[in-house]
Amino acid sequence: MKLPAALREFGLPRLLIAAFLAALFAVAVATKMNLAILVEDCIARVARNGILVLALLPAIQGGLGLNFGLPVGIICGLIGCVVALNSGIPGVAGVATAMGIGVGLAVPVGAAYGWLLNRTRGQEMMVGTYLGFALVSGMSIFWLLAPFHNPTLVWAIGGKGLRTTLSLGGIYDKILDRWLAFDFGGVTIPTGALLAFLGLCGVVWLFFRTRMGITIAAARSNPRFAMAAGISDERTRVQAAVLTTVLGAIGIVVYSQSFGFVQLYTAPLLMAFPAIACILIGGATVSRATIGNVLLGTILFQSILTTALPVTSQVIEGDISETARLIIQNGMILYALTRVSK
Amino acid sequence: MKGVSLAVPAGEIHALLGENGAGKSTLMNILFGMPVIRETGGYTGEILLDGRPIRFGSPGEAIEAGIGMVHQEFMLLPGFRIAENIKLNREPARRTLLSRVLGRGFERVDQRRMREDARRALDRVGLGVDEWLPVAGLPVGHMQFVEIAREVDKEQLRVLIFDEPTAVLTESEAERLLTTMREFARSGVAVLFITHRLEEVRAIADRATVLRDGEVVGVVDPKTTTVVRIAEMMVGRPAAEVAGRRVFPPGAEAALTIEHLRVDMPGEPVEDVSLVVRRGEILGIGGLAGQGKIGIANGVMGLYPANGRVVFDGRELLLNRPREALERGLAFVSEDRRGVGLLGEESVELNIALSALEAQGRFLHAFPVAALQPLDQYALRSHAEGMIRDLDIRTTGPAQQVRRLSGGNQQKVCLARAMTLRPRVLFVSEPTRGIDVGAKARVLEILTRLNREEGVTLVLTSSELAELRALCDRIAIIYRGRVETILPPDAPDAAFGLAMAGEEHAA
Repeated sequence: MKLPAALREFGLPRLLIAAFLAALFAVAVATKMNLAILVEDCIARVARNGILVLALLPAIQGGLGLNFGLPVGIICGLIGCVVALNSGIPGVAGVATAMGIGVGLAVPVGAAYGWLLNRTRGQEMMVGTYLGFALVSGMSIFWLLAPFHNPTLVWAIGGKGLRTTLSLGGIYDKILDRWLAFDFGGVTIPTGALLAFLGLCGVVWLFFRTRMGITIAAARSNPRFAMAAGISDERTRVQAAVLTTVLGAIGIVVYSQSFGFVQLYTAPLLMAFPAIACILIGGATVSRATIGNVLLGTILFQSILTTALPVTSQVIEGDISETARLIIQNGMILYALTRVSK
Repeated sequence: MKGVSLAVPAGEIHALLGENGAGKSTLMNILFGMPVIRETGGYTGEILLDGRPIRFGSPGEAIEAGIGMVHQEFMLLPGFRIAENIKLNREPARRTLLSRVLGRGFERVDQRRMREDARRALDRVGLGVDEWLPVAGLPVGHMQFVEIAREVDKEQLRVLIFDEPTAVLTESEAERLLTTMREFARSGVAVLFITHRLEEVRAIADRATVLRDGEVVGVVDPKTTTVVRIAEMMVGRPAAEVAGRRVFPPGAEAALTIEHLRVDMPGEPVEDVSLVVRRGEILGIGGLAGQGKIGIANGVMGLYPANGRVVFDGRELLLNRPREALERGLAFVSEDRRGVGLLGEESVELNIALSALEAQGRFLHAFPVAALQPLDQYALRSHAEGMIRDLDIRTTGPAQQVRRLSGGNQQKVCLARAMTLRPRVLFVSEPTRGIDVGAKARVLEILTRLNREEGVTLVLTSSELAELRALCDRIAIIYRGRVETILPPDAPDAAFGLAMAGEEHAA
């Protein structure tokens, strides 16, 4: 098929997905649905999930591939959330505490993760997947036995073990989403969360223009070149693992404040998959990703998730949005893996 | 290759001689129907086997017709047993019920006959090991004999090709191999023998064809031709113009002293090299492929495991630390441009600056945390533009991806990166490999200028003798991982030919 250069650059998969999204909106308009709510939901979900997608970027740029081990970082962030909730710090201070503890944990844990990936070179994605699975299961035991006693967090009956879902209502529910939020044509913009996402995108963009960032990308691009330039690619890979884990921890804190709940136990199990689908839809490959891929992919994928459910239930009886999500999400991952080149 | 003719009667051992790149392997690949020939453009001409014209589309067809080849790199399956390797795809098999229905793939391998056949073949080449051992873990010499045994085992063998079979063998193993080859010839097989060891040719070959630059220089009887004459035929280029060669007295100040360097580089091992590089000179390192000349620079720069003693600027250089070498003021333009030399995906400007950025912290803005110093885009750009102008790098601009450049321009980028480090000693390996003639001249000119005007001491490693002779003040010839001799660039052709064949003292 002959496509103009600009469109080819954009990529056929993205064209198809954008077309699908446009079709969904067209149907929404045709069936006279409330567009404002639809758009508002889309934006909220982009802001909510964005940082988790961004967290994948350092892993790809550092040569670790798609970070299927994202739950490692997510769990660090969850521990931060739970500690913050347990001590009952409300508002901005609560979010800050959660992030602080999450990041503090993510640095050593990420380094250990990087060390493990260096021992299992060439199988980063598979090792990441299984490490995530194992850690999530291990942490399920931790949530049950952890010494938290705040009655709003533990099971009402028995008084022991954390609940599966912790409500943030009245503590720091939507604290970022509401910050500087404003109305725009009936659409409420979650300014704070969007700024957090875009701000971190900027930070990561800047980081990859510093000495350390350039070194990480160079070692990914050609390990033997890096060696000849005096760079240890084992070290840069650990740095990349720390970064992706730290961003994962921050990402889940932002995610939960927007969502209004902290989900424990098996919830982090599959969280890497939609994030990975996002960045791939955005045009990233297993070995190369840009901030643009993160932004575009998050917007496309999350918008489809948001609009598919109401639109399809409007058109046909029953719900195929979950099915559509799984097909798009896993199909996208599969597609990306078939295109691994080296 | 152009206009090569060659006739080998049955029962003759025919040696094929020539420098690297003379066309020996190409010729053999054509004979054996290797796909690489077709993929790179095919050939014209005619090959006759027993008077009938042949043209093989694949090695399989060549084997069918009775041509066997013992490869330079082993083509053995390490996890399989010796007998299995010998009989691979030619296993003696019995028909079974299943194979009657589903075809030959389901026949049962007759293990006893397989072992017997393998045993017979191994005995013929004089290898006494158990045929049921796995190939992995055998000494290289034994692997070579397994490879030969596989060819021996093929019935109706008409032509047997040996591609540098003795390169990896010890003296006594080589001796045994030569005996085996004689037996083959006696049984009526035509043997084609590629080697760099002139002594072996004299000992065994009936006739020898010398190739140079893809043409036949001559066919000689090695028994009556002197080694010196053969060496001359192999090298025999019109002596290149020696541009302002300088003589450095033996007592001249040493920039770099290498003592007993050993480098574990696969394919180019350095056994024991001692060299003194004098301040301001251009030292050439030559020798045939696989003798270790490439390993020296790689070892000093810390890219392959090395031991020995290297003194630079009066202080010992820690080996196996690429960073130390860069920080101390050494730089290296690698022979492996795509693999080590370049970040293909990245821009020209970043490629030029990266080593200096990494090792010397240049092209960065100030920032309290050293690791987070941001890139100084302006300094990067203006430096790259300067280099592009000075070295005449043909590019659409400093932001162009390096992999889109031609080979010659990529090489200039590599040079620019090394020059950016402002080294005092620069190692350059195979500077003109795979680049066009125009770029070649330019690269050599850049190197000369660097040496004459900036006073950079150069260690130039090259397979192209003419290039070394045109540029260098002295040329060290490496043979079997050791310095065979050091020659002035205007030494006679024969001296170079002999040194490269490791027969400096035979003349």
